Amino acid sequence: MKLSVDPIGCRAHGLCADLLPERIRLDEWGYPVLASGPVPPGLVADARRAAAACPVLALRMRKS
Amino acid sequence: MSTLTTLLPPHRLDLAGHRRHHGVVPWVAYHDDDGRDRLIDAARAADLRGRGGGGFPTAVKLRAARARRSIVVANGCEGDPLSRKDAALLALSPHLVLDGLQLAAHAIGATEAVLCVHAGSPVLGSVAAALAEREDRVPVRVAEIPRRYVASEESALVHYLTSGDARPLGKQPRPAERGVRGRPTLVDNVDTLAQLALVVLLGPNHYRAARTDLVTVTGAVRAPGVVPVRAGASLSEVLAAAGGETEPVQAVLIGGYGGTWTADLRGTLSGIAAVYALPASACGLDYTAKVLAFLAAESARQCGPCMFGLPAIAADFAELVHGGNATDRLARRIPLLTGRGACAHPDGAARLAASALRTFEADVCAHLAGGRCRVPAGVA
Ligand code: SF4
Ligand code: SF4
Repeated sequence: MKLSVDPIGCRAHGLCADLLPERIRLDEWGYPVLASGPVPPGLVADARRAAAACPVLALRMRKS
Repeated sequence: MSTLTTLLPPHRLDLAGHRRHHGVVPWVAYHDDDGRDRLIDAARAADLRGRGGGGFPTAVKLRAARARRSIVVANGCEGDPLSRKDAALLALSPHLVLDGLQLAAHAIGATEAVLCVHAGSPVLGSVAAALAEREDRVPVRVAEIPRRYVASEESALVHYLTSGDARPLGKQPRPAERGVRGRPTLVDNVDTLAQLALVVLLGPNHYRAARTDLVTVTGAVRAPGVVPVRAGASLSEVLAAAGGETEPVQAVLIGGYGGTWTADLRGTLSGIAAVYALPASACGLDYTAKVLAFLAAESARQCGPCMFGLPAIAADFAELVHGGNATDRLARRIPLLTGRGACAHPDGAARLAASALRTFEADVCAHLAGGRCRVPAGVA
């Protein structure tokens, strides 16, 4: 599984970085920078939760 | 007959002139469904690639967009201020573009064709006159696109033609799947379409042997303008084709505002639309700072890294020019722009900025050390 951000949808709410700091940090303007590569199996459940928590559904989980 | 002279004639060709010069598209050879395959095979045999900057194989793109009631869009907008090759083609050889547009429409089974140019473009007259002379199987509509840099990006064109909003849509879905009004859509640069017409008119083998690219050459050259250049020519050959240097050239910007600086004139070019030659008497950092400010102003302001990142690196470059030390900030910020927008606009700005720091490294040091430019004030 892979995380992606819809750059047009994202509103820099930053919630995702709080919920999944292992894979997401925020740039200086508050927009998420994702770690590259697939989400390790141990973090998939957390990643799903982070995606579901994004208020504008800009963060998505996809099959890699 | 050499392609060097056929692609861009010295005077505008009307339909009769075009036919005398290039001949008539042999439609019977491509008539039925097999004919469509033959057409796409010809594009592949000619190794035709997109001339809008991407360099993607045209045959693959044509095949992907083959569908019932698809739409073909000819992109003649040319948002980059350093490029004028598409305008030159539409002004001098409009029928070559329109032949290519009809061939592409036929290849994918399109029932609609749209030719996009910027609103108020000087080529509108040439295009209208050419269309009035033709009786095409697929009707061609001319669309005037707002004069913005990113409006001519592929998904922005599709978005505009569907909804009147000229901002990019993002990478998914691809236009070949869901394009204008949800229909499968092929978007090709007008130069690519003209080249497709040449593939058919000359035959793939002859075309390959004689292949030329149209390159807009500006800056410190004697005869700036659009010149035909053999594919794979070196940068020095390209500058020579534009009359040669007016004064020593310290670096060349290849690929327009979102392109790459290089000081190595032995490097070769393929599929590059524009080249700018920076004279030794100008400051590359200053030039880059101005281009970055332009690119920042042209952001469609939809994606954070583009909306905030571009003005930030433009300001960093302005600071560099004035002797401030913005190098650490740039080293941190430039990598943050790539691949994080819905279109490639921030990627182009990042490429430009990174290559400027590399190519003008000595100038960066001079600015930092002396707080001012190596180049005497007022020359740049
Ligand atoms: S939670 Fe959603 S909107 Fe907020 S930064 Fe993350 S992806 Fe963007
Ligand atoms: S990357 Fe910039 S220009 Fe492209 S869609 Fe996003 S905001 Fe608009």
